[in-house]
Amino acid sequence: MTNLTQTQVRERIEKNLASRHRTEKLFRGLGIASIAFGVLAVVILFSDIIGKGSGAFMQASIQLEVHYDTEVLGIDQVDDESLTWANFSGVIRQALRERFPSVTGRSDKRELYTLVSSGAPFTLRDRLAENPELLGKSEVVWFAADDDVDTFIKSLKDSKEGFRGRTSDQKAGWIEQLLETGELKKRFNTIFFTNGDSREPEQAGIRAALMGSLFTLLVTLALSFPIGVAAAIYLEEYAPKNRWTDLIEVNINNLAAVPSIVFGLLGLAIFINFFELPRSAPLVGGLVLTLMTLPTIIISSRAALKAVPPSIREAAMGMGASRMQVVFHHVLPLAMPGMLTGAIIGMAQALGETAPLLMIGMVAFIVDVPGGVTDPATVLPVQIFLWADSPERAFVERTSAAIMVLLSVLILMNASAVMLRKKLERRW
Amino acid sequence: MQTPTLFALLLLLILVAYGTGFSRALSAARSRGGLRNLASLPSYHGLFAALWCGLPALLLLGAWLIFDDAIIRFMVMHSIADKPDTIAGQNLLYAQIQNLSAGHLIGEASPQLQSAAEHLNQLRSNANTLQAFLILVLAVGLGAFALLRFSPELRAREKVEKVLRVILITCACAAIFTTVGILFSVLFESLRFFQSVPVSEFLFGLHWSPQMALRADQVGSSGAFGAVPLFTGTLMVSAIAMLVAVPVGLMAAIYLAEYASKRVRNVAKPIIEILAGVPTVVYGFFAALTVAPFIRELATSVGLQASSESALAAGLVMGIMIIPFVSSLSDDVINAVPQSLRDGALGLGSTQSETVRKVVIPAALPGIVGGVLLAVSRAIGETMIVVMAAGLAANLTANPLESVTTVTVQIVTLLVGDQEFDSPKTLAAFALGLMLFISTLVLNFIALHVVKKYREQYD
Amino acid sequence: MSTMTLDAAERTESARSELTGKKVAVSQAEVRKTVGQPFSDTAKLRMRDVNVFYGESQAIHNVSLDIGRNEVVAMIGPSGCGKSTFLRCLNRMNDTIEGCRVEGELSLDGEPIYGAKVDVVPLRARVGMVFQKPNPFPKTIYENVVYGPKIHGIASRRADLDEIVENSLRRAGLWNEVKDRLDKPGTGLSGGQQQRLCIARAIAVSPEVILMDEPCSALDPIATARIEELIDELRENYTIAIVTHSMQQAARVSQRTAYFHLGHLVEVNDTETVFTNPEHELTEAYITGRFG
Repeated sequence: MTNLTQTQVRERIEKNLASRHRTEKLFRGLGIASIAFGVLAVVILFSDIIGKGSGAFMQASIQLEVHYDTEVLGIDQVDDESLTWANFSGVIRQALRERFPSVTGRSDKRELYTLVSSGAPFTLRDRLAENPELLGKSEVVWFAADDDVDTFIKSLKDSKEGFRGRTSDQKAGWIEQLLETGELKKRFNTIFFTNGDSREPEQAGIRAALMGSLFTLLVTLALSFPIGVAAAIYLEEYAPKNRWTDLIEVNINNLAAVPSIVFGLLGLAIFINFFELPRSAPLVGGLVLTLMTLPTIIISSRAALKAVPPSIREAAMGMGASRMQVVFHHVLPLAMPGMLTGAIIGMAQALGETAPLLMIGMVAFIVDVPGGVTDPATVLPVQIFLWADSPERAFVERTSAAIMVLLSVLILMNASAVMLRKKLERRW
Repeated sequence: MQTPTLFALLLLLILVAYGTGFSRALSAARSRGGLRNLASLPSYHGLFAALWCGLPALLLLGAWLIFDDAIIRFMVMHSIADKPDTIAGQNLLYAQIQNLSAGHLIGEASPQLQSAAEHLNQLRSNANTLQAFLILVLAVGLGAFALLRFSPELRAREKVEKVLRVILITCACAAIFTTVGILFSVLFESLRFFQSVPVSEFLFGLHWSPQMALRADQVGSSGAFGAVPLFTGTLMVSAIAMLVAVPVGLMAAIYLAEYASKRVRNVAKPIIEILAGVPTVVYGFFAALTVAPFIRELATSVGLQASSESALAAGLVMGIMIIPFVSSLSDDVINAVPQSLRDGALGLGSTQSETVRKVVIPAALPGIVGGVLLAVSRAIGETMIVVMAAGLAANLTANPLESVTTVTVQIVTLLVGDQEFDSPKTLAAFALGLMLFISTLVLNFIALHVVKKYREQYD
Repeated sequence: MSTMTLDAAERTESARSELTGKKVAVSQAEVRKTVGQPFSDTAKLRMRDVNVFYGESQAIHNVSLDIGRNEVVAMIGPSGCGKSTFLRCLNRMNDTIEGCRVEGELSLDGEPIYGAKVDVVPLRARVGMVFQKPNPFPKTIYENVVYGPKIHGIASRRADLDEIVENSLRRAGLWNEVKDRLDKPGTGLSGGQQQRLCIARAIAVSPEVILMDEPCSALDPIATARIEELIDELRENYTIAIVTHSMQQAARVSQRTAYFHLGHLVEVNDTETVFTNPEHELTEAYITGRFG
């Protein structure tokens, strides 16, 4: 009936085969290229951050013999009052002059003083406050070097000249001298983990931001987990199918895709302007992030509840348990691992969030470590944002290091979520 | 009494109420010969008492914390005879009084201020005492009332469950409250904005420079609030992002779903999904410090001018961020296409790619389109990458190597830092927020609808 | 390896017998050897010593069978006996299943089916397949039928395609029912019509062999009867291998019948012989309904 014989058809098929297989290879190649692009993006992103940031965990430090001279300090006993007024920078300057006796000119001396961090006097004050008996005595102390020195000696390994920036030849000479004697070397950067923010890179740390993130997350978790689980229980176990629950569902799905910055506007207009809650506080940050993570937690909690087979509910119901007892005694414990997994993922999302927190004033320059949920604070991502704006090379390094800390925490959280799911979640 | 102390005390009272209710029920059961003679289990009697004791008191405490400042302020300001007319002036005055009462004000204060500050302090301490008293009385009184109502026949479980159910419903409505809250906060401030700047000018004006509006005579008349450059900037960055994310994400999803062996899939999929877990601020940093300089150098080397903050850098990095989003959504819909369709196509002698292109993708298209729409809404609303890498200049340009600004960038720059809440400058941010909310809402709504319809087709 | 699986097979078998309370004696020797006439003089498809593995477990054991030109061969047997797996070897549909491995000699008109150099694309154009569940593409009826000719480049002019569509639908006995709604989606047809559409789709590329994997299991009796008639008509032009669950269907449509049992080909004979006078006691047990 057909005009074409089977042989003719065979021939036509054969004729096209080569080009079809080429297309097939091309298509497959595009797929592989896409995967490679994604994997490469991960590799480049991580190696870029690690390459930039790993240096920040070491900080150039200068060893000086200081003399707690009562005359230079201008105090004769150690108490809170005298520590505030004592001239510690004089002591450090004296130590520097003694180390480099040949430096005499005024401007040379001033340049000499820039070798150590401007935060060095505080290091000294803390030492003396801890050991009052040192007054009038001498000791050898390691001081953080200025960020120019730090950048300079770190760049020495890339090129012989190194990155000079503001460093003069004379200063470079001193630095080399100190390097040779071992009085200047890179030591583990504890300041980065113990200090708050600072205008001086070598004094800047992430402690305040970490604590701020912790408080914010605690508020978020304390609010979003119970509310999210309760909402999921209602929607999954109680809600009748009607327009109202449909509306709730549409709302939840939509909120999950609303840009985070809009939640920031909500926080600004309602929590800060209307309820007059304090600006920059982890409390408000936590409230905003609660609203933002709630959809995630509700959706994953509902999935966990859905995964519990109806036979369990029927069995408990058959024993005469009330709806509430069925849910709270039988269904909830079984769904808990799934819910916790969802909560961890939601918290990881909240921990990385920046934009809405900018809206509620968590971008302020905050040096002090917050002590509670109403103290002004910043969070780690916002700290990263602030540092990324700073021009100093040493801040680029610290920004990347802060990113490394943030990413490690996130990886830890996500890994624990995966572990939890693998370990505890039952397959029905 | 400090609020935390009060809260702790309240918790203690709730525990006591629970314990008392529990033990009363238990002893009643004992004297009647067993638990089955009670209408409800002892724990429900305990919960019944605890709820009566705690719930109203906690609600009162919450309301108090929210409203006390406003009421105190009203009372203080009411007592001042000659106060400034403007809201800003009143704010300033009240801030001065507050500082004075806290002992922060340096310098001389007028006697009127002094007395107002004292009045404020007085009110505060009174309010504090009253708060503690009212709340504790409420808790103890209602707790005792609940315990007095105890009888073995009391259907405590039903009452407790009724209350719990109401609590569950309230939590479920949190999503609606949030949406309403968002709508109110952006709508209300936007309306105030549109009183000083006409809607048409905002939507169709070609010139954006909100700083100029600080001078009162330029408000609205200078054309400084034309948001078109922001819209085009947003669209350009989003378009670049989608140009990266859609082909790469879709092809990656296709490869993983149709070609890759289980081993490759188990390795490649999580690696690509790492991209979804990286915070946006990290992408912003990457875009600003690595990609943007790289693009500028590349452009210079081929003789093109590129600004240090370019739409291309921001869009490219945003695209990378969205890849896993597109790929996992596409993966879901591609896997939802029944295997029988693939078998049908393969059985006719299609090559794998013909099967994918002519059967699987057309069948999955609605779902993929929905996923892409969601990705677009995400690109439009993305903030940190563009804040850090796209720039602030409101250029009306089609050149991706130039710096552009977006809606989200402007919201951030207008609202970060010192702000007056009645200047059009800050209110403009809410108008932009409204635009953002509406456009993403519409996109999400369509996308979710399309995806849902698609799922139903193969269920 | 082979004996071990056989032991396992025996264990399952005896367990099953105990469950149903019916004693069926199966010895290894009896299962291993195919009785009847598995070979044909006019073989279109030749299979020798075919073994199929899913990962570690073996699904098909040493099956040898010929399928003759313009003949309908029915493959029957209890579920899980491997008949569908065997059928899918014939056009290499098993390639799509990860971890599936096929050993043995399989040839179509003397040309090998398996092998590194064999291109599955033209092979599958020659050996078409109709599946258990009707699976029309979510496209129009017209698009469904021209899908094969288009991808293979058999025809591209509208007039040629129209002719192919009409011919294929006529042969599948669907033309009169759908000729006025060729632009409507194929998924909108009834189950029986969908299955005939799938047959038309397969015929459109002028295959030589059509494999049918329980084509009527999802259909009602009337639609089934219509397909069975169709199979009988198609026999004129095509070689057909059909897997079926229904012994009545095998008896109605096929010339020869192969009985599979736990991955072994137990007996092949004329359909009439198999159903009236089976040589093997397992075949007899199956057709008399002692298990199934």
